[in-house]
Amino acid sequence: MNPTRRDFLKLTTIGGAAAAVFGFDLKPAYAQLRALKIARASETRSTCPYCAVGCGTIIYTIGDRAKNVTAQVVHVEGDPDHPTNRGTLCPKGASLQQEIMNDRRLLKPLVRRPGGTDWEDISWDQALAEIAAKVKKTRDDTFVEKDAAGRTVNRLESVAWIGGCTDTNEFNYLVVKSMRALGVVHLENQARV
Amino acid sequence: MTNGWVDMKNTDMMLIMGGNPAENHPCGFKWPVEAKRTRNAKIISVDPRFTRTSAVADLFCQIRAGTDIAFLGGVIRYAIENNRIAKDYLVNYTNAAFIVKNGFKLPEDGLFSGFDAKTQLYDKSTWNYTGGDASGKAAPEAHVAAPAANGAPPPPATLPEKVSYDFTLQNPDCVFQLLKKHYSRYTPEMVERITGIPKEQFLKAADLFTSIRKDGDMKKVATIIYAVGWTQHTFGTQIIRTAAMLQLLLGNVGRAGGGVNALRGHSNIQGATDMAGIFDNLPGYLKVPTPADTSFEGWMKRITPTPSKPAPWDSFNYWGNTPKFATSYLKALYGDAATKQNGWAFDYLPKVDRNYSWGQLWDDMYNGNVKGMLAFGMNGVAIGPDSKKNIDALKKADWLVVGEIYPDETSEFWRSPGITQDEMKQIQTTVYRLPCAGFAEKDGSFTNSARWLIWKNTALPTPGDCRLDQAIVAQIFLKVRELYKKDGGKFPDAILNLTWNYSVPSNPPLAEVLKEVNGKALADLEDPTTKQQIKAGQQLPGFAWLKDDGTTSCGNWIYSGSFTEAGNQTARRDPSDPSNMGVHPGWGWSWPANRRVLYNRASCDVDGKPWDASRKQVWWNEGSQKWVGNDVPDFKVDSKPKDHMGPFIMNPEGVGRVFAPLGAFAEGPFPEHYEPIESPIENPLHPEQSHNPVVKRFKTPDDKYATPKDGYAVVCTTYRLTELYHYWTKNNPMNVQLVPEPFIEISAEMAQEMGITGGEKIKVSSIRGTYIAKAMVTKRIKAMQIDGKKVYQIGIPIHQGYRGIKEDEDKDARTLVNLLTPTVFDPNAYTPEFKGFLVKVEKA
Amino acid sequence: MSQATLRIQKMSGHAGSVPGEDTQRGLTVCKLIDTTTCIGCKACEVACMEWNDLPFGETVFDNTYQTMPETRWNYWNLILFNEHVREDDGSLMWLMRKNQCMHCAEPGCLAACPADGAIVQYTNGIVDFQQANCIGCGYCITGCPFDIPKMNPKTNRVFKCTLCSDRVTEGLEPACIKSCPTGCLHFGTKEDMLYLGGTRAKQLQEHSNYPKAGVYDPQGVGGTGVIYVLHDASQPELYGGLPANPHVPWTVKLWKGPLKWLGNVAMVGGLIGLFVHYLRFGPKDRDEADTNAGGAKS
Repeated sequence: MNPTRRDFLKLTTIGGAAAAVFGFDLKPAYAQLRALKIARASETRSTCPYCAVGCGTIIYTIGDRAKNVTAQVVHVEGDPDHPTNRGTLCPKGASLQQEIMNDRRLLKPLVRRPGGTDWEDISWDQALAEIAAKVKKTRDDTFVEKDAAGRTVNRLESVAWIGGCTDTNEFNYLVVKSMRALGVVHLENQARV
Repeated sequence: MTNGWVDMKNTDMMLIMGGNPAENHPCGFKWPVEAKRTRNAKIISVDPRFTRTSAVADLFCQIRAGTDIAFLGGVIRYAIENNRIAKDYLVNYTNAAFIVKNGFKLPEDGLFSGFDAKTQLYDKSTWNYTGGDASGKAAPEAHVAAPAANGAPPPPATLPEKVSYDFTLQNPDCVFQLLKKHYSRYTPEMVERITGIPKEQFLKAADLFTSIRKDGDMKKVATIIYAVGWTQHTFGTQIIRTAAMLQLLLGNVGRAGGGVNALRGHSNIQGATDMAGIFDNLPGYLKVPTPADTSFEGWMKRITPTPSKPAPWDSFNYWGNTPKFATSYLKALYGDAATKQNGWAFDYLPKVDRNYSWGQLWDDMYNGNVKGMLAFGMNGVAIGPDSKKNIDALKKADWLVVGEIYPDETSEFWRSPGITQDEMKQIQTTVYRLPCAGFAEKDGSFTNSARWLIWKNTALPTPGDCRLDQAIVAQIFLKVRELYKKDGGKFPDAILNLTWNYSVPSNPPLAEVLKEVNGKALADLEDPTTKQQIKAGQQLPGFAWLKDDGTTSCGNWIYSGSFTEAGNQTARRDPSDPSNMGVHPGWGWSWPANRRVLYNRASCDVDGKPWDASRKQVWWNEGSQKWVGNDVPDFKVDSKPKDHMGPFIMNPEGVGRVFAPLGAFAEGPFPEHYEPIESPIENPLHPEQSHNPVVKRFKTPDDKYATPKDGYAVVCTTYRLTELYHYWTKNNPMNVQLVPEPFIEISAEMAQEMGITGGEKIKVSSIRGTYIAKAMVTKRIKAMQIDGKKVYQIGIPIHQGYRGIKEDEDKDARTLVNLLTPTVFDPNAYTPEFKGFLVKVEKA
Repeated sequence: MSQATLRIQKMSGHAGSVPGEDTQRGLTVCKLIDTTTCIGCKACEVACMEWNDLPFGETVFDNTYQTMPETRWNYWNLILFNEHVREDDGSLMWLMRKNQCMHCAEPGCLAACPADGAIVQYTNGIVDFQQANCIGCGYCITGCPFDIPKMNPKTNRVFKCTLCSDRVTEGLEPACIKSCPTGCLHFGTKEDMLYLGGTRAKQLQEHSNYPKAGVYDPQGVGGTGVIYVLHDASQPELYGGLPANPHVPWTVKLWKGPLKWLGNVAMVGGLIGLFVHYLRFGPKDRDEADTNAGGAKS
């Protein structure tokens, strides 16, 4: 957002820098300021995923997006330009860095088999194939083309979708589009609860 | 929200009730605080306990959970009695002057006219206006619906085209007089008996709130701010309606710093609602077709309203455009397969004639009718209500697919607390848990509570083997489609013909999806007035271009304008605010048509001049003969004030509904106070009809409802804390450090009576389950006198479960608060009752 | 203003003149905390913890919304919650006060510190601890009238709020200030904050039911770099024991006044530090409680 700021931020340690700039030498031991941790970080504009104030956030990732770097989020701060939050964040928004970089994240598909007492690993391909087969079988077994009065209803009452609160509009659109195409009527999301 | 977050800075008075924005929307709450600081605005906080919102309020009233209609009805009565109403606004912009049909009865006994005790349903035909002639006099009934000869039910009653009226508001059958009569029973004494708020305290609040209309002055504005403290009751919709009626009465709707403002609790449930991830709507609030709609035309005829108004007035009746929205939606879904001949593929849409909402869904699963479930970012077991019922329901399902970023209660229902290894082996449900992407790993738009769509960018790739949520859904759908293509099956047409023209079908780029949602021209189009042309294939500038002849497609009409030929409007980042009214027209994009305050025509008097010249939103420009302003006019821009078009253009009446006619609401045209299903007292207004008469109770063994006679006499409410977010941040060490343990808030008086001190564990039981946590003994909740009875009220934050940092460390046995809550819901919005139920409290 | 941290005007335990003294025309920075619009949301607590990468600690429920009883060496910013019933009308108040280093103009910690350069005050008024120079004597803890500095028992180094000197140096506001949702926190020059605070207090007196509203800027420590607007400025103690008349302890004054020659002639500050530490704490107790564990109930 402000590249010139970053150039300036190189001057973060008092010792040598201060001596160069101000012409006197504070021994480094006297005052060692911590370097600004976001000085060279990349900035991405995002939106807080929690409540519907929808605060603008800036996500600071380490590195300059070079190919050989695995991005790490070092800091998340409010977007000062966002008219609603004007740079502020609540205690949840202020902790977003830990929400993104969290060692409790799920990292691989798992399955719990009927009667199982623990999770088992499963590949994506296998999981998707099994899920698709179950959706189709359930649909073919129970799809209602006509109701008792003989009227066309084309609905699938035995499969439910419950969607989340942090899904984008576009994701929701795809869900509603594909689920209704299957005939799903037990269609719900966080809006009701 | 009718208005917006920043707009709250324009207010003079705030009633914050059924919501606790200081804790649940802290960054939005800066604008109420700004109004306090810059305008000396006042905050009235009405809540079951003294919250962090109350801490900065000017007046606090402790209310018994679930008695909000009694409070608001009392304020309506106070406003009318003390002539603190906006007379001109009321006459011209609401249906206060409309004459109500003969035979309509107010619910002195708890029931409106037309109740059938056997079916527990209303015949709503008397909940209507009287037809009138040009002078407003009642006209003889033109058509009485006669039973059809073939025994089919009579066609549903409709609103009269011309409504009988009395602009003096004196006719005893006019809406205003009925309103006055209805709420005359809500005296300060009655308010005190029901709500537990001492009469003097209530009068202070009523006086303060209505003080903005002292001496008929129209300059000042008050806002009402609420959240799920209102919606999550068996009469939640009617609480909100009472608030809307009060705001209409005071002339506060459509105005900067006014309105009725729902603070939605999650980042994109506004968008999820707009996109109709719910059974009863299609995107843009189109009503779903029922089996009785045997054709596209039949469906359109049923859901497209026609104007109903006094003869001298005009009504835009914007929903009259419904066929354009519906046709364009079906074209977006089915492209060339949607033709005029096949009713735009009308048969492909599932038809709905019963409830499939949240509570019903779990009940259907419990009863074996829902066999499989896909749950993405949705922790249904923790969210409840009645978590045990939801767990028991999942045990009966064949399969469950969970998409999540953290381990959650729902995906691990099969090993929830209390289930033994042996029991686990009996549970036959297959569960897939798929690792999804966090918010920072995805782009796309969220719609905030103020209806602003804001695009966000991807900050980093997904970790490990995670996939983007949209990719997972696309891959499941495409796999299913492949199977139908290969093997055939039941009614494959709707699946095979669905458009899926994304550049990467297995991972649809979300910008392409938003373009589809916005809509495009399928043929060359020309505006007959301006001669502006749009070529086939181009993005539409907005919903005014939508056609019902198949020449446009649009995934959601209210979002049309969000991604035009000028690009992605939701990604706009111009922070400027030329009017300094908090409009920020260049930041993101708001529906509809980038309007920031809905119904803003009502911010002007009948001549089109702003009620308050210092807060100008839109106004009539005599020179250009157009409505212009700092905001986009929510109105027909060339409708002259003398034509008297109503400002509430989405209603067929063109005006705000103080009286909601016909089927608008399940339990009556005026909100009436009913007791929660579980209540410590019988309704003082009408003990013989204590509860909402049209509320459905469920019947599984997990569905039990208690009375004080069963030993449950303490009122319990549930809520969030500012430090934690739902069932999510229990995975975040920073937030866990702030609130390390679950707790239960009880009054000092109750603690003393029970002989417990703060930090001691207590057990709270409802008839459905128990919950144990440490007691927080506080002065912020007090014992109440309810209808002469001493009643204790307690509160429990909801945030813990059986998976989380602390939970996994086994530091504390964790169960869900929603083991306590009942499955019973509002008959209009189908929102469950989380906010008021009965418990007993013991030492643990 | 932002450059001001590059200059030091006061330095603990330093023999002779301070290098940066009188070298810069600097404005003093200040935090204004309006307790009347604080909603106790703890955004400032998290922002502080997040920005400063402070390690997590254990907390326990203590019948309050307050995160922990007092600030810790790794938790520099804490909102204190107090329920208070007003004497005049019996109404309930829930007072919330963000507690942290006050960045006193005449810092008791700095005065008490015998270690050369362990505590410095920049010309912009920020009082900063230099842990590399800290000798772990803990005398700064005694010197602070607000009970703010806390020692990490593992390293024997003392920590507290830096007023985000790393951010302020680079022209940014402190992390807590930026996060504050209601704007009850404000940052600027001391002069501007006094004006803002005074205006707000006047507004409260005239338009709210707080006739005794006022600004807290205690002169016993020369005024502070953190000032409060209080609903009732006559009773600062209600806000979690905010002292009405804080001042540097007489022992420290003695140490830095008549006995200053002792420090000046001392060869190694550390020796004195050790001596003082011994006086204060006695012989090292190996089982000293780790303030980072077990809630540290007061």
